[in-house]
Amino acid sequence: MQAAASTILSARELIGSRGGFALFDPVSFDLQPGQLLWLEGDNGVGKTTLLRGLLGLAMLQFDSLCFLGQPLPAARAQMQQQTRWLSHQSSLKSVLSVAQNWRFWAVLYQHPPINAAELAETLGLEGLEDQPVASLSAGQKKRAQLALLQFGKPALWLLDEPFANLDQSGIVLVERLICEHLDAGGAALSTSHGVLGTGSALAKRAHALKLRPAKLAQIDDLAHD
Amino acid sequence: MTSARSPHFASRWLQLLSTALIHELRQRLRQPSQLLHPIGFAVLVALLFGFAVGPQPEKLTLVAPAALFIALLLATFLSMELLFSSDFEDGTLDALSASGRELVPILYGKALAFWLAQGLSLLLALPLLMVLLNISVSLAPVLIFTFVMVSLGLSFLGLIGSALTVRLRAGAMLLMLLILPQAVPLLIFSLGAINAAQLGDSTAAPLFYLSAVTLALFVLAPLAAKGVLSQAIGD
Repeated sequence: MQAAASTILSARELIGSRGGFALFDPVSFDLQPGQLLWLEGDNGVGKTTLLRGLLGLAMLQFDSLCFLGQPLPAARAQMQQQTRWLSHQSSLKSVLSVAQNWRFWAVLYQHPPINAAELAETLGLEGLEDQPVASLSAGQKKRAQLALLQFGKPALWLLDEPFANLDQSGIVLVERLICEHLDAGGAALSTSHGVLGTGSALAKRAHALKLRPAKLAQIDDLAHD
Repeated sequence: MTSARSPHFASRWLQLLSTALIHELRQRLRQPSQLLHPIGFAVLVALLFGFAVGPQPEKLTLVAPAALFIALLLATFLSMELLFSSDFEDGTLDALSASGRELVPILYGKALAFWLAQGLSLLLALPLLMVLLNISVSLAPVLIFTFVMVSLGLSFLGLIGSALTVRLRAGAMLLMLLILPQAVPLLIFSLGAINAAQLGDSTAAPLFYLSAVTLALFVLAPLAAKGVLSQAIGD
């Protein structure tokens, strides 16, 4: 099954495993530009493992996995470069200021020099850009982390619980950022236990993908990437 | 690899290296206690050593350089864990590994920053250590040179060791066990140079070997550490 080159991510028979056991039944999906895929499933079913596996941080098995029409694992580096991950861990240094952290990642992700004050304002962190990250609350840290998603204009966002720790305005902010990303031709894969507001613009564009726990079965280590 | 020779590649490499170096140095300088603990540790070891040898200056003169170097080595080992521990805890290590960008210049930046902050801050303790161990001031130049080389070598050695152990619980002890044997050549050539200087002989040969070992670590360790890190994320 060959996916069109415009498809951002195309997966066939994808399985995540932990300790040699399959976590969920094989899933297949196509992610087109402008699409949001909403991963559902109970705790421990492997949602985070799936996201980590797509980034090459965990083991995944698949019949085929294509990023922008290029098959993995050959296209691994290209996929990593054009994918950004919002994880539970902030990847921000607590002893440094928000702006210093942003500048480091902006250089790494080859983003043009940033205006920290402006960026802080768009994320609801007015006046906090020169504060050390350690002094921020969990929600503010999450907002600071959202900036990294935009650096380098990645094609694909992998969002692990994007609404965790955020207040109502933070949730609206994340929804707006995801919408902007999708409008710009990007795609996103998200996990969340929270429910999308049914009327929100995002809910209309989201497709759900349910992960079902696999029957306990050992899988062979052949397709180890 | 085809782009490896283009000028853009070189400037990007330098940009990543200097950014990582500054980012890392800033963090180290924000945490002065991490710089002071190893200094205090080295001074304590030297102090205890002086008492243990007893009140015979000629006996102390024989073993003082060895004691000094062991104090400095152990103090460096103490802080080696810091190379990656915070990166692991806050997710930076995963984000870097999954960024698909060149890791080697970042590792160079990290190791050099570690050397400049954690390694060279120990030089501040050198005068006090020399007084405590009754080491002649005439040995200062060779002591300083050998310690600068040894701490540079150790910083790069530590890159491999902490890359191997960062994802383990209680990896600090394992790190020491892994690194200690590799550090032996550095120790032997340093003390060879210091002993030669004490006797008034030429120090050229041991210093050449010391520099060669350090240079080899400088060139190879970041590549090895990159390999280790990309293996370690497999599961």
